[in-house]
Amino acid sequence: MIPYFYQHPGNAASRNHPFGWEAESAVDHAREQIAKLLNVDDKEIIFTSGATESDNLAIKGVFEMYKSKGNHIITLTTEHKAVLDSCMRVESMGGEVTYLEVLSNGRVDLAALEAAIRPSTIMISIMWANNETGVIQPMKEIGDICAKHGVLFMSDATQAVGKIPTNPKEVGVHLMAFTGHKMYGPKGIGVLFVNRKNPRVKVTAQMDGGGHERGMRSGTLNVPGIVGMGKAAELAMHEMSADAEKVSKLRDRLEKAFMTNIEETYINGDVNNRMPHVTNISFKHVEGEGLMMTFNQEIGVSSGSACTSASLEPSYVLVALGLGDDLAHSSIRFSLGRFTTDEEIDYAIEAITKGVQHMRDLSPIWEMYKEGIDIESVQWSAH
Amino acid sequence: MAYSEKVLDHFKNPKNVGTLDKNSKTVGTGLVGAPECGDVMRLQIEVDEESGIIKDARFKTFGCGSAIASSSLATEWLKGKTLEEAESIDNMAIVEELALPPVKIHCSVLAEDAIKAAIKDYQSKNVDKLVNA
Repeated sequence: MIPYFYQHPGNAASRNHPFGWEAESAVDHAREQIAKLLNVDDKEIIFTSGATESDNLAIKGVFEMYKSKGNHIITLTTEHKAVLDSCMRVESMGGEVTYLEVLSNGRVDLAALEAAIRPSTIMISIMWANNETGVIQPMKEIGDICAKHGVLFMSDATQAVGKIPTNPKEVGVHLMAFTGHKMYGPKGIGVLFVNRKNPRVKVTAQMDGGGHERGMRSGTLNVPGIVGMGKAAELAMHEMSADAEKVSKLRDRLEKAFMTNIEETYINGDVNNRMPHVTNISFKHVEGEGLMMTFNQEIGVSSGSACTSASLEPSYVLVALGLGDDLAHSSIRFSLGRFTTDEEIDYAIEAITKGVQHMRDLSPIWEMYKEGIDIESVQWSAH
Repeated sequence: MAYSEKVLDHFKNPKNVGTLDKNSKTVGTGLVGAPECGDVMRLQIEVDEESGIIKDARFKTFGCGSAIASSSLATEWLKGKTLEEAESIDNMAIVEELALPPVKIHCSVLAEDAIKAAIKDYQSKNVDKLVNA
């Protein structure tokens, strides 16, 4: 990737000199590497700046392209903001969007999904795996419903690509968004897979310009980013299954230690349909952001609790799973990776167990809970 | 966003964590915030009956580092103060002392609310004394 910043600085769209050819051939190679990982045609790979742009392009682009056929889109309340906000934009452009609730395990209710389809429905957008809980959706079943009703299936697969097999054609996905940096590639580079045959899908470009990427995404290609993402895809092909096995073992060990060592600990989301590298855990009566502070000099995790004056709302994803606001505020998402070691897991278990103890010693609601006081019955002063 | 040294210190070594007997006539308890908001602060004061001075202060807080630091600092400030002096503790003084960023100002507001609630609780238990005084 690095040589494409300096030694090979050509523009992949410059067709008349060797610098351009060099860049073009590097892009072509990366496109093939990525297509191979997904088992799709390389002409179906559209480069963007990241998953957010890919989500925007897919949702608004389909809405604009297909509005003569209908104006209705179905999605889930637990989708990434890039999808939800794009859907809201579609609504402001005259579209209609159904935001379906999920089951308490985080998965889509297939019967409700099918029932939500209208004659005007043009697309269903459901993520492959959730970014907060790692819950994997029943992709094949959703794809079958889409095929049966002649509806396009778009999926934000940012969390899944490169970590588990994600073959869009196998499950009936027509558009798929993902990004480089979630698969060990660089930031600032993403892909939208757009199905070319049966059906031939088109999206209206969201940026006007030189008509790059088959007219769907104008703008000079980010050659170093593309080369890096291509290499990451190639590595993922080889490493994915070994990675998944190793990482899920570490994840399970981490989880088991918490469940054994720390009382009132809950795993959020469907543990049977989950990404191998993610776990989302609530430690009851411990506020997540505070807990993070006990170990965040050494361990990087994220919390479903955002304690800022602008937003006291806990994670909308966890709330959608039916967790009370208090358990949502008590949640921590752990994300492991290819480079996570056994020693790091040992360290995390010890540090976090201590951290939870520290926070519970400080927590008035933990004390009340231990005294047998029903937290629900307390008159709280909202603020 | 990085926390200030003072917040980190109060968070790691919180002062005056604990529980006083909430049924005691000399103890005032303030419980503010709500679990669903991600912040609950319980602040207690014990008042010397003779002098009317706060001789002990304890807290427990469910919340982020700034909320814990704000309540820890509040207990330090309360000790040795009269109720009147305690009543005048302003949230902005806490903001200044801990160098809280704007998004964490509500933590200091909560601490001020907790102080006021604790004083009010103590006073409601000792109405007779107020009348006599």
